[in-house]
Amino acid sequence: MTTNTAASLIAFGKRHRAALAIGFLLIFPWLMPYEALAVNILVLGLYAVGFNLLFGYTGLLSFGHAAFLGSGAYGCGIALVHFGVPWFASILIGVLVSVFFAAIMGFLAIRTRGIYFAMVTLALSQCVYYLFYQAVNLTGGENGLRGINLSEIGILGFSVNFLNPTTKYYVILAFVAFALWLFSRLLASPFGAVLEAIRENESRARACGYDVARVKFIAFVISGAFCGLAGALKALHLSIVPIETLHYLTSGQVVMMALLGGMNTFFGPFVGAAAFLLLEDVLTTMTSHWQLVLGAVFVIFVLFFPKGIWGSALAWMVRK
Amino acid sequence: MSGLTLELLLLQIVTGVALGSVFVLLAIGLSLIFGMLTIVNFAHGAFYMVGAYMGVFLYGLTKNFWICLVLVPLAVGTIGLVVERFLVRPLYGRNIDDPLLLTFGLGYVFIESIRILFGLNGIPFSTPAGLRGAVDIGIGYFPLYRLFLIGATGMLVLGLWLFIEKTKFGLIIRAGARDPEILKVLGIDVSKIWLLVFGIGTGIAGLSGILAAPLQAVTPEMGIPVLAEAFVVTVVGGMGSLIGAVTAGLMVGIVVAMTSLFMPEMAKVSIFLLMALVLLVRPQGLFGRAGLMG
Repeated sequence: MTTNTAASLIAFGKRHRAALAIGFLLIFPWLMPYEALAVNILVLGLYAVGFNLLFGYTGLLSFGHAAFLGSGAYGCGIALVHFGVPWFASILIGVLVSVFFAAIMGFLAIRTRGIYFAMVTLALSQCVYYLFYQAVNLTGGENGLRGINLSEIGILGFSVNFLNPTTKYYVILAFVAFALWLFSRLLASPFGAVLEAIRENESRARACGYDVARVKFIAFVISGAFCGLAGALKALHLSIVPIETLHYLTSGQVVMMALLGGMNTFFGPFVGAAAFLLLEDVLTTMTSHWQLVLGAVFVIFVLFFPKGIWGSALAWMVRK
Repeated sequence: MSGLTLELLLLQIVTGVALGSVFVLLAIGLSLIFGMLTIVNFAHGAFYMVGAYMGVFLYGLTKNFWICLVLVPLAVGTIGLVVERFLVRPLYGRNIDDPLLLTFGLGYVFIESIRILFGLNGIPFSTPAGLRGAVDIGIGYFPLYRLFLIGATGMLVLGLWLFIEKTKFGLIIRAGARDPEILKVLGIDVSKIWLLVFGIGTGIAGLSGILAAPLQAVTPEMGIPVLAEAFVVTVVGGMGSLIGAVTAGLMVGIVVAMTSLFMPEMAKVSIFLLMALVLLVRPQGLFGRAGLMG
């Protein structure tokens, strides 16, 4: 009886994963100590979900996703600051810029296999870092891109105060909700099934007649687009794009989030982002060396809880 | 580009070779571990950084650079042994990405521990007495320390080659890189070999750290860009190949030196373009992967 209830509960959850996730995110700000943190989790959660399309669902470990978060953020910010593009179009431009970089990096990276992939993506994202670092006129170089002042935005003819944290949360949530819905549809599509087939057995997927290299490339670009959207939203949220957005550690951060949360689950990366940022929020008040704890926690998760928080919780529910 | 002479060009090439020596050392350590254990050590840059700090610390104690050159690789290698035995070993047989993720997390722990022990700011490491100044090498004056760096790398590569190619232990390592199963059947404890190879690989990373320390400031973050550069060298040369690591390391060094001379704004990006080119033409790297010695 209990097994049935749990199983049907999980089946229900899986069926309506996007709706449930969005429903949870609607009440999420009231569960957080302050709204800015909720917005951070929302944005970086989307970043982790986008990354997880590659890591969790396709089985490709990229260590260069900061390039997409960063180029999305810079693309959006530069369009707003230097060219006076409206905010909505700026977000689109941010996504397109990250798609551009994802196409180049993906084209090169999928030529390698297995363990090389992580190294090549890391090296290429380091290259993107230097490119943006040196284009001081556009990006502000070391100081980051400043001056993204978005106070009043027009949505469908209404003027909305973007400085109010609650309003800001729900405006950004609208984009994240759309992305999550799209993501869920993508995974449920035949394309999503091919991704998982490649993760489980690449040679077999190839033998079934799928063009594995092309599928990987498309997955890479889509993943980059989601991360680029997260980057654009991050730029609007922080009103500055620090150069660290493109840093190796930002690439590593998303790997940590996805693994901490649970890489083989839909909602896991969000849980991971929340766990990561809450841990940071609590620990930084106690010590300036919080990354020591972070590194140690991560090592413990790799060793003993490779399914992550959400993945382990789901597994526990099924067993019960 | 006025005053560009043949001498200047040649000097810049020698500079590139000196720079490449550090890349060679880093890539060899990385490649050795990968060739045996099929693990990409993401903490390699952190081991390099720990080597530099260990050098600072031991130089302060002993005041003797040569003793440090022996002690640092031993100390860093010992850390490597502990890491392999207690953290990496439980992961064998699991997902191929797991050891990579583990060493990545370990990098955080190393960097933060060093920050706690030595502070956030960089520490200058002066060139050891006896290796200061410049010497005339026929085409102009060249810093003595960099010449020493080239020589030391050459000797280490030669020693490692002899060790792997000519000793009985090296034979076991080569066999292990080809087929660990057969080695087990022959009654050799492979896990001990893996332990030792991880120790040697990280020891070389530590050695490259102390050797590179006089060329730059010693900071907790110094290993991060180095990791990306070591990956570029490994991808260009071909994973698991000693010859590949040496060739690609020198090549990358010379490319950096040449672009710094002609297009300084491209110096940082050039090696990644080189890597992109190699990936397009020969994705398995210049010397592919056919056993450890390729």
